[in-house]
Amino acid sequence: MSAVLDPHGHAHDHDDHHHTPTGLMRWITTTNHKDIGSMYLWFSFVMFMVGGAMAMVIRAELFQPGLQLVNPDFFNSMTTMHGLIMVFGAIMPAFVGFANWLIPIQIGAADMAFARMNNWSFWILPFAGSLLIMSFFMPGGAPGVGWTMYAPLTSQMGIGMDLTIFAVHLLGMSSIMGSINIVTTILNMRAPGMTLMKMPLFCWTWLITGYLLIASMPVLAGAVTMTLTDRHFGTSFFNAAGGGDPVLYQHIFWFFGHPEVYIIILPAFGVISQIIPAFSRKPLFGYASMVYATASIAILSFIVWAHHMYTTGMPVAGQLFFMFATTLIAVPTAAKIFNWLATMWRGSLSFETPMLFALGFLFLFTMGGFSGLVLSLAAVDIQLHDTYYVVAHFHYVMVAGALFTAFAGVYFWFPKWTGRMYDETLGKWHFWLSMIFFNITFFVQHFSGLAGMPRRIPDYPLMFETWNKISSIGSFGFGLSQLLFLYIILKALRSGEKAPALPWEGADSLEWTHLPTPAPYHSFETPPVIK
Amino acid sequence: MNVLAVAQREENRRLLVKLSVIAALMFGFGYALVPVYAKICEAMGLDSLVPATTRQSVENTQIDFSRTLSIELDANAHHLPWRFRPLVRHIDVHPGELVTIEYEVTNVRDYAVTGQAVPSYGPQLAGQYFNKLDCFCFTKQTLAAGETRRMPVVFLIDPKLPSDVNTITLSYTFFEVAGLKGDKS
Repeated sequence: MSAVLDPHGHAHDHDDHHHTPTGLMRWITTTNHKDIGSMYLWFSFVMFMVGGAMAMVIRAELFQPGLQLVNPDFFNSMTTMHGLIMVFGAIMPAFVGFANWLIPIQIGAADMAFARMNNWSFWILPFAGSLLIMSFFMPGGAPGVGWTMYAPLTSQMGIGMDLTIFAVHLLGMSSIMGSINIVTTILNMRAPGMTLMKMPLFCWTWLITGYLLIASMPVLAGAVTMTLTDRHFGTSFFNAAGGGDPVLYQHIFWFFGHPEVYIIILPAFGVISQIIPAFSRKPLFGYASMVYATASIAILSFIVWAHHMYTTGMPVAGQLFFMFATTLIAVPTAAKIFNWLATMWRGSLSFETPMLFALGFLFLFTMGGFSGLVLSLAAVDIQLHDTYYVVAHFHYVMVAGALFTAFAGVYFWFPKWTGRMYDETLGKWHFWLSMIFFNITFFVQHFSGLAGMPRRIPDYPLMFETWNKISSIGSFGFGLSQLLFLYIILKALRSGEKAPALPWEGADSLEWTHLPTPAPYHSFETPPVIK
Repeated sequence: MNVLAVAQREENRRLLVKLSVIAALMFGFGYALVPVYAKICEAMGLDSLVPATTRQSVENTQIDFSRTLSIELDANAHHLPWRFRPLVRHIDVHPGELVTIEYEVTNVRDYAVTGQAVPSYGPQLAGQYFNKLDCFCFTKQTLAAGETRRMPVVFLIDPKLPSDVNTITLSYTFFEVAGLKGDKS
């Protein structure tokens, strides 16, 4: 996205005597937070396309009952890799990209705290992504164990599993380094007068997400390391034949896995908390309560992991504890939803593309939250566990939650990043096509799930055919709509109109009020003073 | 670089170390969960569908305690210089119960001899209900000069044994395997 940024074109760069390398080397050696942010966003878009293509294979196979296109092994690899790539390759890097681009210019810092480590945390990612893709070409193919990588299947997979484990290690290292960088930047690099409680909410959500990542990612690294040593070095953490326990893997994995879903959604909450006030032309309602709600969601996320495991034979007392803790999360989440609604209340609303995506998020994420509440009830979950109802639930919060927010954020900050405007009409088309096709794809999955269709299975009984046909057609439409997004971005980069200095009149954070549009390559070398 | 920037770098470095330590500790925490779960599950009797109170006394449910069979054990050596006898001559068993008995055999000559035991049952009908899991009669036995050996028979009586059979005689007869002269194989 910053391909049009001119690294030399700014008069106040005169103190910068070293010459930036050009061409490819500029991107490989860059320590500039804006360059790195752009690379994160492009990387995540490429991964989004790869993971999306896998989703298309899944939906094409499920278009009708029976086995038509791919064999079941390959289908399993598709569901596994779609999940891993979308979670670790697309959504997480996208929000790290936003963090890199925005946090320094929102708190008035010149760059991230550790600029070289920042370069490194990005450049690990392409290697991790390649490892994941390479596993397809190994004997035995890519792992078909599900993105959760449950034992004991993981100990039976071919060498592709090892590549996946190393990819997860690399992705984890990248996220941990990225989070350390973000947390340090936010805590230490704020401009004078920018107190924590004056920060834009996006910085707050990332500060909390950073801590979540630092605390939970190493646990995942431990879990996959145990899997690796079980496979090759004779340990028996999860191997029942050697005295281990496969259920232990689920406990360790979900200790990471549940904070992970908030790692994905909290920065999205932050983006929404920037966009809705800007298009309502009102300050965010209940700023402090938003901060506390984010923090309590983060804390609660560490004590609800076993709600993914109601069917493992937990004692009733355990099920009750995790059920109550899980339903408790609805309280701070609802506080946020109501705050956003209250922000819009009597505001001067306008509905440009970022706002449309934000409202789409608000509507669909709330629905995903409600199906999450349904699933949190142990008695109900035992019926719905591993059915398409669960698939529908987490796509409502992951796609309509995190992905729509990423789109909203890209449209919102695009003028600030590039100095050019996207095509508003096409943007609205992108939103409405995404919105409609998303619901065609996933809403019906609630019904097939309630009727008992299991997830991750390439074939199904005839009774599920109608729902699956509708869902597949919706998904093809959704996939094609995302090519429109690519077109919109490329068109705007090549020939977009020049953006005005303040394209959104309601936007009031530092990057809009204190920096020209587009943001210069080096910004806030002298920190601004915030009153 | 001015003083402020140096102080800033120093502060950043300190935070980096702190956060890295948290990350390293959390990696260890993942491993610590393994013994923690083992202890919790042991203390609370979790992690098993069988309640802890009954787990110790898991019993073979296939034993028919309503019937008691008398097994008479007999041993013969046919033209073989071996002393061959069961350690007990008589044992009471329930159908379905896993039983281990032992025979003792001694080669009284000063050269090695190979023999093969052949079982027979009285009544003959009982043979098909006499399930042997392990028996010295499954293989040839070679005894060195003067060697004594104890050999097990592990068996259970099929509960389907006709109800009019109350006593079974198990008789083994050792025959010399001609031509081997103690040579194995």
